Amino acid sequence: MLDQHLVILPLLIPMLAALLQLLPWGEEPQRYRRAIGIISCLALIGVAVTLFIQSQHGPSVYALGSWQAPYGIVLVVDKLSALMVLLTALLALPVLWYACYGEDNLGSHFQALFQFQLLGILGAFLTGDLFNLFVFFEILLISSYALLMHGGGKQKLRATLHYVLLNLTGSAIFLIALGVIYGITGTLNMADLAVKVANLQADDAHIARVGGLLLLIVFALKAALLPLYFWLPQAYAMTTGTVAALFAIMTKVGIYAIIRVFTLIFGEDSGAAALLGYDWLWWLGLGTLAIGGIGVIGSRDLRLVIAYLVVISVGTMLTTFSMNSERSITAVMYYMLHSTFITAALFLIVDVVAKQRGKTSSRIIKGRKMAQHAILGMMFFAAAIAIIGMPPFSGFIGKLFILEAARTGAQVALLWPLVLGSTFLVMVSLSRAGSRMFWHTFDGKPGDVSSPRGQLIAIGLLLLAIVGLTVFAGSISNFINGIAYDVMHPAAYIEAVLGKEYSYE
Amino acid sequence: MEALYSVTVGMLTACSIYLILRGRSFPIVIGITMLSYAVNLFLFSTGRLVLNQLPIIGNQAEYTDPLPQALVLTAIVIGFAMTAYSIILAVRVRGELGTDEVNEPNQNDGEAQR
Repeated sequence: MLDQHLVILPLLIPMLAALLQLLPWGEEPQRYRRAIGIISCLALIGVAVTLFIQSQHGPSVYALGSWQAPYGIVLVVDKLSALMVLLTALLALPVLWYACYGEDNLGSHFQALFQFQLLGILGAFLTGDLFNLFVFFEILLISSYALLMHGGGKQKLRATLHYVLLNLTGSAIFLIALGVIYGITGTLNMADLAVKVANLQADDAHIARVGGLLLLIVFALKAALLPLYFWLPQAYAMTTGTVAALFAIMTKVGIYAIIRVFTLIFGEDSGAAALLGYDWLWWLGLGTLAIGGIGVIGSRDLRLVIAYLVVISVGTMLTTFSMNSERSITAVMYYMLHSTFITAALFLIVDVVAKQRGKTSSRIIKGRKMAQHAILGMMFFAAAIAIIGMPPFSGFIGKLFILEAARTGAQVALLWPLVLGSTFLVMVSLSRAGSRMFWHTFDGKPGDVSSPRGQLIAIGLLLLAIVGLTVFAGSISNFINGIAYDVMHPAAYIEAVLGKEYSYE
Repeated sequence: MEALYSVTVGMLTACSIYLILRGRSFPIVIGITMLSYAVNLFLFSTGRLVLNQLPIIGNQAEYTDPLPQALVLTAIVIGFAMTAYSIILAVRVRGELGTDEVNEPNQNDGEAQR
């Protein structure tokens, strides 16, 4: 019984939790809301692990209301979705834990918005229907609008206004793209689209290509690819650390959508619309890498540096993806796991650092010693090594995968200098920040603001995930190889959705 | 009918893009609202324009596609919520920053910006 409905649980758990959290809980509501939030995140991890194990035996499809695809709406869990769900669940717990030490009191309903945000993100990973993808995007967007404002303040307002207006326009383009694709194929189910788009001829195929490229624009806006990344640095640098840490997964939603749609619907076997947009992704990805490198070296605030690190990681992943081989997908997925955890950890570390430094906050200037100087310094050092990509952490393995994925001479000639060059800039920038903030401090009494041990443990958990990614790199890359095979050979996915063997009757 | 319909959608889109490219939040919000009208009309037309038919299969030989109507309904609801939020946000920005310019009016103090 529960087995059949397992696929929809990642959506039901955060939704129910959020609704419970919205109830009036008497005098001290926050205590109950925190408990509900943590329980929901723990349950999500449990469900995600089960789904992950189940996905090894092929994709499972959940037809909502038993309306079979392509007419009904389906949720699909294949290996890629299962991994993304697990990643989200593993990220959510430490971030929420960190937030429970007072961060959630800065504005109302942080806890419920957090769960709604998870609902939107998980829904986007699970759905097998393009229109449903739009709906889940809107759910995650409207909670992210509110979360970005969390804590208030003038600078946040302007960054949020930019973010909201850009994304509203993006949503309109998303709908136009869906209209174009529906008008030409008569379906919005992804598996059905994959079959129908492959059979389009001449003019119809051109119109489908237009729809596909419009979709690429929308996903690139979410992922923050080159001409559409301007919202990201301000938004991520201005918002509170917890929200920024949760948003580490947001750009990955865009990248996931690109991987899903542009391998399944506009992949290699899609006839006249095959390999749509891959050349755009290659050049724009390289440009994003370069711009990110310049941004990192030019920022005077550590938060902004980390926001630009997100931009770099997006450029790296999309460039690698556009090389379109199993090897490159493996590299993208491994790098995605690594960069999600490490960016979240860095945002939280900087949040603690900014609080403990007081007036100088996270600006890269000489300041007073922090109350928990040693431990924060060590955490920053470890996280910096991981994100730069020096051994022994997972960043090194991730970069190795990416460099190895470049096969032809042209790919090597462009990708290697840009990846290694941006790595160098990141190293310079982070060592400058680290030495100014942790070594060249004013003499005298350290600051008296110290952070609760729980917050440090939450950051430690994220760093532990990095260590885990490094230690188990072998078995993880084996598993990701399986994802890459499935992504490059979508027949199993299509058969699971449209074929007769439904796992749910 | 098709020509009139497409001209309407095109005009709405063109006007909304002009408004979205303005520098103040009020015209932008109006523009985005107008764009969502255009998008809804466009979505509605993707099932092909058919006159005087029921959206039910089986009763008669001709029918109109019911799915775009459902999609438009969903899009209207979502668009409505988003418009409400963006208006409130624009009002907050006007109130707290004292201006409805979307970008910082004085760009010369780049040092002060982080």
